[in-house]
Amino acid sequence: MSERLQNVIEKMHSEFEIEVETFRGENTLFVKAADLLNVMQALRDQHEFTQCMDVTAVDYYPAETGRFHVVYQLYSMPHNDRIQVRVRLDGNAPTIESVQGIYPGANWREREVYDLFGIIFNNHPDLRRIVMPQDWVGHPLRKDYPLGYEEVQFTFNFDEIMKNKPHPRD
Amino acid sequence: MSDIREVSVDELRHLVSDRALSGETMLLNMGPQHPSTHGVLRLLLELDGEIVVNVVPDIGFLHTGVEKNMESKTYQKAEVMVDRLDYMNTVGNNLVYCLAFEKLAELDVPPRAQAIRVILAEIQRISSHLLWLGTSAMDIGAMSTFLYGMREREMAMDIFELVSGQRMMTTFIRPGGIWRDVPVEFEAAVRGFLKEMPRRIQEYEDLLLTNEIWLDRTKGIGVITQEECLQYSLSGPVLRATGLAHDLRKKQPYMGYDQYDFRIPTRTEGDVFARYRVRVEEMTESLKIIEQALNKLPVGPVKSNNRKYVPPPRAELGVNMEAMIHHFKIWTEGFKPPVGHVYTAAESPRGELGVYMESDGSGKPYRVHYVTPTFANLQAMPIMSRNQYIADLIGVIGSIDIVLGDADR
Repeated sequence: MSERLQNVIEKMHSEFEIEVETFRGENTLFVKAADLLNVMQALRDQHEFTQCMDVTAVDYYPAETGRFHVVYQLYSMPHNDRIQVRVRLDGNAPTIESVQGIYPGANWREREVYDLFGIIFNNHPDLRRIVMPQDWVGHPLRKDYPLGYEEVQFTFNFDEIMKNKPHPRD
Repeated sequence: MSDIREVSVDELRHLVSDRALSGETMLLNMGPQHPSTHGVLRLLLELDGEIVVNVVPDIGFLHTGVEKNMESKTYQKAEVMVDRLDYMNTVGNNLVYCLAFEKLAELDVPPRAQAIRVILAEIQRISSHLLWLGTSAMDIGAMSTFLYGMREREMAMDIFELVSGQRMMTTFIRPGGIWRDVPVEFEAAVRGFLKEMPRRIQEYEDLLLTNEIWLDRTKGIGVITQEECLQYSLSGPVLRATGLAHDLRKKQPYMGYDQYDFRIPTRTEGDVFARYRVRVEEMTESLKIIEQALNKLPVGPVKSNNRKYVPPPRAELGVNMEAMIHHFKIWTEGFKPPVGHVYTAAESPRGELGVYMESDGSGKPYRVHYVTPTFANLQAMPIMSRNQYIADLIGVIGSIDIVLGDADR
């Protein structure tokens, strides 16, 4: 770990309640959902993490608490290093503050997380589905969302499958 | 039918200004089937006469759920799907997937495999830029550039076919190395490509660089400032066209890019013309990298020797019991990297292409997320096209080099 990142992490540790995890040379800060905006603001303004390259989420179903992790990848253009910020979220009506006001580029990324995981971002200006159709039901990247497939038809079960095949819009 | 929710107009009202509601400005749909949107992109345009007031991009028409699908496949099978994301940068998609996996599993790649990966990735970059040059020039009206670009792209495709048997979706780069060593004809084919390309690039320059129409349609169009680029986390040629020499190949070198001597082309204007210049100069730089890599192509193995992740050579299977077991385990259960998560990024022709990969210790990836450059670049398109003529919008779309498979995933 570079000296700068060490300092950043120590500074953040003294100001906020965070856990630090290092794996393969990458540093992850586990942040409380309530602190997220302050942490992000401090990382951008004091520690020059100028860009939010990505916002995504991971679903740890069937864990009840901390089911979702929202993952932010920050990159510092002047210092050329990365840091990851993670927030644990409850599986029951997951909500988190939007960082769109701090990193405008997070706008679409948050929409994607909302679309695919159903995590609500408070104070987001345009929280609509982005890749799935607007009238879609469910959030596909959740682990309890089944991966659909079509059963292969052979001569011996052709009619049986044909009978049960759902035909859209009829 | 009853579970289909109707989307009411009220939910979309915040996307347009109040002037649109009074009928002062016009709302117009462009796409999803429009020749200049390079795939299936829908734009909701708010127009004041011919001037674009606002653009609302609507993506997702090419969403294939690859990330969901990958979670139920082993690492080897999941890799085949990533070729299809950014279909103009198939080698790059494989490369960044393998880089992420190698970081996760701490796999070493032999130098020969690294050099071949670099050569292929740079050929792919040239081929992607060629297609970009052709299509974006065609959008603006220069048909012949498209035909020339396609002609030279064919040479790149032939090289991919030579090494992997596939022209586009090669999946040639595998975790721990490459699929197999390149055939003996490879060097001659790449040398031929290197010999031919400088002359061809000069041809494109002759066609466009002094072309009045091209200059009128590109200079001063679609300007974005460096601050806005940084705010919206843009990367790649769009960022470099605003004067910031940011290239991950130089800044965070991977695959031995630090051994090669090349320059990062930049411009300061931040308009469509600047992006065009950056990309054309990048092709020349890529040729330099390929030549250097080919000149000192090391001899040796092309796969890592770690039998936990790399299948043993076929010849060993008949005589070695352990090789047989490893082979069987790898192709039935898949690899089992340690628990953890990594983020790796590489420079694709369009910008920073990142992979977030998480493993739970089983043979299937727990989560793979592609951080794609087109997604970020498209988000900033409304800024570039505000207060421009609607005809110039076409140039702007072309200039950010959108690949919808990359944006929608």
